Amino acid sequence: MQMNELTEPFGRLLASLCTSAAVREVEGGGSFGAMWEELATSGFLDALVEESVGGAGLDLADVEPLFELIGFHAVPLPLSETIVARALLAKAGITAPDGPIVLVTSLDQPVPCAMVASYALVDTGEELILAEMAGLDPKSIGNHHGLSAIIAKVPVADVSLPRPSDGLRPLAATVRAALIAGAAARLTEMSTNYCNERVQFGKPIGRQQSVQHMLAVMAEDMIACRIAAEIGLSKGLDMPIAVAATAKATTSAAATRIAASAHAVHGAIGISEEYDLQLLTRRLHEWRLADGSEGYWAAQLGKQRLANSASSIDWVRDHIFS
Amino acid sequence: MFDTFRLAELPSSDEDLRPRIRELIARSIDAIPLDQRARSWQGFDRQFSRTLGKEGFLGLTLPRRYGGHDRGPFARFVVVEELLSAGAPVAAHWFADRQSAPLLLSYGTEAQKEFYVPRICRGEALFCIGMSEPGSGSDLASVRTRAEPNGSGWLLNGQKIWTTNAAHSDYMIALVRTSGTTAERQKGLSQLIVDLKAPGVTVRPIVDLTGDSHFCEVFFDNVQLAEDALVGSEGQGWDQVTAELAFERSGPERIYSSIILLDAWVRHLQAVGRIDKATEVGALTAELATLRAMSIACTARLVAGESPVVEASIVKDRGTGFEQHLPSVIGDDLGSHPDEPIAAELYRTLLYVTHIAPSFSLRGGTREVLRGIIARGMGLR
Ligand SMILES: Cc1cc2nc3c(=O)[nH]c(=O)nc-3n(C[C@H](O)[C@H](O)[C@H](O)COP(=O)(O)OP(=O)(O)OC[C@H]3O[C@@H](n4cnc5c(N)ncnc54)[C@H](O)[C@@H]3O)c2cc1C
Repeated sequence: MQMNELTEPFGRLLASLCTSAAVREVEGGGSFGAMWEELATSGFLDALVEESVGGAGLDLADVEPLFELIGFHAVPLPLSETIVARALLAKAGITAPDGPIVLVTSLDQPVPCAMVASYALVDTGEELILAEMAGLDPKSIGNHHGLSAIIAKVPVADVSLPRPSDGLRPLAATVRAALIAGAAARLTEMSTNYCNERVQFGKPIGRQQSVQHMLAVMAEDMIACRIAAEIGLSKGLDMPIAVAATAKATTSAAATRIAASAHAVHGAIGISEEYDLQLLTRRLHEWRLADGSEGYWAAQLGKQRLANSASSIDWVRDHIFS
Repeated sequence: MFDTFRLAELPSSDEDLRPRIRELIARSIDAIPLDQRARSWQGFDRQFSRTLGKEGFLGLTLPRRYGGHDRGPFARFVVVEELLSAGAPVAAHWFADRQSAPLLLSYGTEAQKEFYVPRICRGEALFCIGMSEPGSGSDLASVRTRAEPNGSGWLLNGQKIWTTNAAHSDYMIALVRTSGTTAERQKGLSQLIVDLKAPGVTVRPIVDLTGDSHFCEVFFDNVQLAEDALVGSEGQGWDQVTAELAFERSGPERIYSSIILLDAWVRHLQAVGRIDKATEVGALTAELATLRAMSIACTARLVAGESPVVEASIVKDRGTGFEQHLPSVIGDDLGSHPDEPIAAELYRTLLYVTHIAPSFSLRGGTREVLRGIIARGMGLR
């Protein structure tokens, strides 16, 4: 990850706060209050809020590396989601409440980190509603150490704000893309280090060509995820579908491959709870499914593409790059 | 890992070339059938290359005082992208513009630069790349073709193979052994410019499985080269070739080889009014966009003055995978609609790309070789 004046202190903060022990504790049902308090006082929550109302005035492209770091450190709280939600609230002139906020783009499927959120910003299809989590009766999915939940109660409008033209899903999906990119970077690093250390047949397994090639493909996927996420977050909060689709289709498709290769090279130890690999790979799968998997976004993108007679390169330049 | 390999933008100052090159393409090539366009950067047309040179589209990365345009790799990306998107026949000037001229600029003498580079920029001096030999493919350091220094320069003996366009080119830049033995591998290799009209040079075209002949065998039988045939320093050929491969592998031609087929398939789906393959089209479009951004990000490393050998390998390996995946997806779609009429031209194009696609991950370094380079970049070798 490129270290600059923004990412360097943020990375340090996450490294000290979200140690694997701390992540496990929150996942195990422990309190997240202290961790959240530290994140809140760091000032990063309002990174996207305009300076005139007390924020840092950054745009999405600036914070993309921060979202990657959140994925990299397996933060067990909806931190990127809260940063985005607070920006949308501020834009609508609403003062954001204290506490973590999740972005809810489906009332039928699990929302990552809903079990550790105080609020939800819900896309009802007509408007965005900010609701207290307690009133939504979140039902945990119940998988081991999972923090996802399905929202059981439809929220009633308490605080509402205008819905972006294509809804909240493109934005939420693109945030997931950046989280996937961050976790992919961590997994590539962990796997490379492990392959240089683990010795079988008298030499590090990373000396085996088949292992080298598997890791090379993993690095290709990792870079593709990073760059796709950067494409996704390059256009601001009012996100075009084609841009979000590129980001999420690319990262979701890569997520399963990256998780599979990371586990393959680690052998049995990667399957154990005690080893940190699972903290990242479980999230990859969760984020891949959330807010539309690769098939969902590819279909969205393909529909738009087929409705236009331009050449592929022209279409991509006009709808994704410009 | 690979921390500087991040999203970069084509500067708008280079986008100004796009309408101009499109205009030239529209004026020069609209009579070429689809399956000829699908030849992509294998299509050879000496006249078209000269037109490009005359109108200022060659030597974009090269200095003005050698006939270039001082514009840099981003400008070249824009022009090359448009040429590939149109399936323009660019092979004649391709290697010279892409890698021979930059090589001469980095390592050549002043006299060599003045002699060759302005003609390359005019599309008049055509180069081919003589690396592979019958016994040296992936293991390039094992080349046996030998140039012995003698009173009048170098005496060249040996053989190259798979040399693209040797039959139509003016010069070859050959990687040969100039000192030491084959056992010393990288040590003792040098790059020499061979005038392909010199006595003792024999070029034999090889026909490929589609009926085309682009690559050739080239035999050297006591070819006398002058002293100044040497590019750079004697014995430094391996390092020079490594730097050259960053230019050879980093361009958008490593992601766009099947783009003509993709466009033709999309037009077919639109013509028959089918949207049942929207997901497949979308997946390919997302991959195309991601690869384009990766290729621009790699170009940005060239602009920064680096030699992005590993980054180029990442883009090329993934890009050629995409190029090879396309005909397979499209073939399945067309074949799974047996009652739908298909234009013979589209079918011919599909078969052409399907048959030639294995070469995408061979030429310029095989998939396995590239993955080895990436692994080395990751610290695994
Ligand atoms: C269309 C086309 C155009 C070309 N144009 C040119 C040109 O202009 N100039 C030029 O010099 N060459 C050219 N080439 C040659 C090209 O560079 C070689 O084909 C390439 O380097 C591979 O060499 P090879 O074909 O001898 O295969 P080999 O090296 O024999 O490889 C065969 C297979 O073995 C694998 N392999 C080899 N070594 C290893 C290893 N250590 N680990 C794992 N796998 C390995 C390879 O990856 C490949 O799958 C061209 C090739 C093609 C197809």
